[in-house]
Order: sequence, then structure tokens, then C-alpha cells
Amino acid sequence: MAGIKLNGVNKRYGAVEVIPDLSLEIEPGEFIVFLGPSGCGKSTLLRMIAGLEPTTGGDIQIGNRSVVNLPPGARNIAMVFQHYALYPHMTVRDNMAFGLRNIGIKEAEIDRRINEAARMLELDKLLARKPVQLSGGQRQRVAIGRAVVKEPGAFLFDEPLSNLDAALRTRTRVELARLHQRLKATMIFVTHDQVEAMTLATRIVVMNQGRIEQVGSPIEVYRRPATRFVAGFIGSPAMNFLPAERVASDDDRVAVRLGDGTELVTAVSSRTLNGATSLTAGVRAESLVIDPNGPARGRADVVERLGERTLAYVTLANGSVVVAEAPRDSEVNAGDNVSLRYDASHVHLFDEAGKAYHAN
Amino acid sequence: MSTAISSAAVERPRKARGGTAFSHWGNALFVLPFVAMYVMLLIVPVIRGFWLSLHEIDLLSGDAEYVAFTNFANLWADEFFRGAVGNTFYFVLLSVPAFVTLGLLLALALNRPGRTGAALRAIFFGSSVLSVTIVTLVWRLVLMPDKGLLANIMGGLGLQTIAPLSSETMALPAVAFVTVWWIIGLPMMLFLAALQQIPQEVYEAAAMDNASRWRTFWSITLPSIKRTVALVAIIEVIMQFQIFGQVQLMTGGGPNNSSRPIVQFIYEAGFRQWALGYSAAAAQVLFALMLIGVAIQVWVARRREAD
Repeated sequence: MAGIKLNGVNKRYGAVEVIPDLSLEIEPGEFIVFLGPSGCGKSTLLRMIAGLEPTTGGDIQIGNRSVVNLPPGARNIAMVFQHYALYPHMTVRDNMAFGLRNIGIKEAEIDRRINEAARMLELDKLLARKPVQLSGGQRQRVAIGRAVVKEPGAFLFDEPLSNLDAALRTRTRVELARLHQRLKATMIFVTHDQVEAMTLATRIVVMNQGRIEQVGSPIEVYRRPATRFVAGFIGSPAMNFLPAERVASDDDRVAVRLGDGTELVTAVSSRTLNGATSLTAGVRAESLVIDPNGPARGRADVVERLGERTLAYVTLANGSVVVAEAPRDSEVNAGDNVSLRYDASHVHLFDEAGKAYHAN
Repeated sequence: MSTAISSAAVERPRKARGGTAFSHWGNALFVLPFVAMYVMLLIVPVIRGFWLSLHEIDLLSGDAEYVAFTNFANLWADEFFRGAVGNTFYFVLLSVPAFVTLGLLLALALNRPGRTGAALRAIFFGSSVLSVTIVTLVWRLVLMPDKGLLANIMGGLGLQTIAPLSSETMALPAVAFVTVWWIIGLPMMLFLAALQQIPQEVYEAAAMDNASRWRTFWSITLPSIKRTVALVAIIEVIMQFQIFGQVQLMTGGGPNNSSRPIVQFIYEAGFRQWALGYSAAAAQVLFALMLIGVAIQVWVARRREAD
């Protein structure tokens, strides 16, 4: 179990700068998820930690030892690849033993580790098979087993669930969470799937265009997104954004007039906001509910009944579309005129630069 | 209502059955042109060749006298034929391993992105498009005694000049060398295609697994392309058993029959001495040898795969 420190890490391909300057400290035993849209540099960052991609600048330390000049095999880490990357002509046992034999571990010890990992991952009966004789989920477990037997300082996962079907993805996700609790090892997990990030991470690193937007626990990034990008990226359905104009307020809370004319007194302190005037208000569907007594009016275009809740896509008076939540047993239908109520204490404000302001 | 449904259900399969039966025969029409050509140009000549090998043919009168296996018995006793068989085997042994190993080495060296790699791949493949006449002409000039490029280079280095094509021991190796130079492009391309099929992730996994370059080659690359190794070996065995043009144009089978292969023997027996039956018998022997060679390779490849 090793901590990982990234210090001013920089990566450029010719003139293209993929990661300008990134620093991050990962505690031993943490489950860190790099989350971001395609092309945000999260996989590149993981591959630099693995040593599969050279850094252009900066330093990477694994267990207080600089590894930038070490080959991948010497970094005391193991990686699980997106497409499993099993050796097709080797049996499951040989796949797991390959890396151990390469560093001269004794056969008895190799057997012990493989048997233990196989028991943990339910691979006992598959050890003599070749990858082609395994299902996708089994292959993924072998890939994880191959990493486990190395007993590495840290595990790296590069979108390991993206090739599995929905049911298997959920199950493997739970298995990974269990594995982390059991091994208590440092794990770095790259994904663009926010559900994976929210469920697995002790801390999420939200990335955008090679920069870290926010580092925080899943609940932190959900409740108090640092930027408008994070607010829009985390959460499903995505947060509603409405142009907002600051209006005079009696107390020290910021009052705004939204694009459709609705006036709200938010829970954001005017001291934190200072002079910013051109704002965007962000509100999640669960804080924008259909309520006959609500102040805002609109027309429901589409209604999605998800079972545990109902979502309505509502066009407001000014033409902007928002997603609002209705009670589970709501009888709202597409085409109905509805009233909406904002839960002002959960309205976020963003300034022009995208910086977020929340209720205290 | 229920009767209508049941009668429709009975009706439908019967119709479908009639339809497929008709379309089966209709489909055969699509392959007929190929089958006809295949039978005419391959099956008939093979049978005809075997029939010829059992006869003594007089080309002038067109008479054919059945002689059973006399032609084969004569071949067995024919010192020149036995020499030709030996030469052919020697040539295959010289050239096929070179095609496999050099082809693989070139592919490994040139399996890289970028212009240099692409240019070198084109250059190495380029010689394959030359005709045998041009290749042999060029190399005869290179290997010419006294005035050729090789003689000049060796003279320049102060070494005694050699003339490979007029040496009994060096003629066939020289032809093998020229053959490899000429058509190494195809094995190289086949190996390149196979190498590019190996996912990069597997190599990255091997790097994470501390595999050295040598270990990666033995444990990852080679097992991944073993089918292609077998394919190249089989193609080359079939091709090199039929060596003819280069020998005919470079040495004419000499000196002292030291480079005469089976196909040249067949050609000379059939079209110089007009002994068609005898020539056909020699062709049957070549066919059998190639069949045995390929069968052994397939067997070895299968056994290795089963391991």
C-alpha cells in the first residue's frame, strides 16, 4: 500500500499540451477515481503513473520514491486494462504467473498467491482455461486476479467496466468495492461514468481539458461542485442552468431574477459573491419540483416515469428548458401546463468564470 | 377462426420447403462457372497427368502405350533424376528457413509507424514485382567472373575473386540467395500483417509484468503469430519446390548438373527429349514430395498448437 504524489506533471505531444501542470496527492489506501469526459487527459495521466507514457515534465512519486525514470515493471504497481489485455495463448494460471516468474518468485509462492486470488475472485475452476474459453466478466476477473497476485503498492484501473453489459457492470462494481475493502490497497480508477465514480471513490478527481476541476468526496462534488463544469458533469439528469440577474435583497443573502422572470432569494451569502452581477443559477431536478403553488410556470414537453421518481422536461416562459422532478405518483402528462417551485436553499450560483457559490 | 389458423399453419411450411428446394438448385448455378473452370483446368490435367505417367507416348503418331509403373521404375534408376531430387531438397532447405527467419526479422524491424518504416517496407517489397528475367539478369551481372560487382568488390579488398555460378558447391546457394533477395517481400508483409494484429495493450501488460524484450518476443509475439509462421513456411515450401526460372536463366542446371531441380528435369524430359510419359511421371513424384512436405508441416503446426 503506497501513496502517490504528482508534482507539476506536464504532458505534451508536439505542440499540443494535453496536461499543462497537474499536482495531486493520493493517500495510501485511498480509492481515487479520475472522472471526466473523453479526451480530458485522465487516461493519459493514469498511463503516465503506470510508466506506459513518458511525462514531459514534473515528478511522480509512488511510496515516496520518484518513478519517472523507472520502467513500468519497476514501479510496484499493477494495472487492469480496458480490454483485459490477457495473454491469449496462456492459461488463466499462466496469465497470473507470468509477471511473478519474470521477477523470479519461487513456484511455491506463486502457487500460493494464485490460489488465494483465485479463491477470492472465484476463479478456482477456470485456472486451466484459456482466455478465449471465458466470458467477458470472467476475463475481467482474471485481469483483476493478475493484478492482485503481484501484491502491488497501488492498483491502476483504466475504464475496466466499460466493456461489460449493464448487469455485469453493476456486479463487478460491487466486487471492486469489496476488493478494496479487503485489500485496503491504493487504487486509481479512470472512468467517464459518474455512477462508477460516485459509488466507488473515496475521493473523485474531476478533470477537464487536462486540468483538475475539483478533488473531493462523491457527496462533496455532488453537493458543492467547485465549478460550473463539475456541476454540469456530475449528476443525472444534468443540473439545470438558467441565466440570473442579481437584484436588491433585504438581508445578506443573494437575490436573483431568473431568465423566466422568477425572483428567488438564494441561500448564498452576498459576502462571498462580492460584486459579481452577471450570474448563472444552477438547480438540480430534485430541487426544482412540480408544485401547483409554485411561482414559475411552464409546459411539460416530455414526462419520464422512472419508477422511483418522475422527471418532466419543462419549457419555461422565456423558452429555456429545465428538468424538474415530480412525485413518484404524479399524474402530470406531456402537454400539461405546470407550476414549478425552486428549493432556494439548493440553488447554486456561478460567476462568469464558472466559479461556484453555494449556500453556507 | 381456429380452423383458419391451423390450415394456414399447415400450408406455410409446405410452401417454404418447396421454395428452398428450388433455390438450392438455383444457387448451384452461381458456382457453376468456377466449378467448371476448376475441373477443366485443374482436376482434368491432374488426372490426365497421372494417366500420361503410366504410358509411353509417341508424339508424332499420337500413340500411347500402357507401360504401368515402368516410367517410375526408370526414374528411380535415373541418376540425373535422383540428383535433381537432391538438388531440390537442398534448395528448399536453403531458402525456406531463410524466408521464415529473415522475413520475420525484417517485419519486426520495420513494424513501426513513420515514413522511414513505410519507405523501407516499400523498398523490401519492391523487388518482388520484378520479373524473374530482370532479377536473374541483374544478379548474373553482379556475379559475373572477373568483371562483375562481386568480383570488383573482392578484388578491391584484395581477396581472391570467386565466380559462384560456375562453382558446383556455390551455384545452388547463389540461386537460393538471389531467390530470397527477390521475393522476401511477401513473407515480410504476411508477418507485418500478423504483428499488427497483436493488440498494443498486451505488450503494455507485458511491460507491467516486467517482461524483458527477449521474453516478450518468445512468450508474447511468437505464440501470437505462430499460425502465420506455419502459413509462410507452407507457402514457401510449395513455391520453392517448384524452383525453375532462376536456375534455367542463371546456371542452366550446371555446372555438372549441380543446380538442376526437378521442374527443370521435367521440362527437359518433356519438351527437349519429348518423353512425355517419363516427364509426367517425374511431375507426379514432385507432386507427392510437396504433398508430403506440406503434410508434415501441418502436422507439426497442429501438434504445437495442441501443446
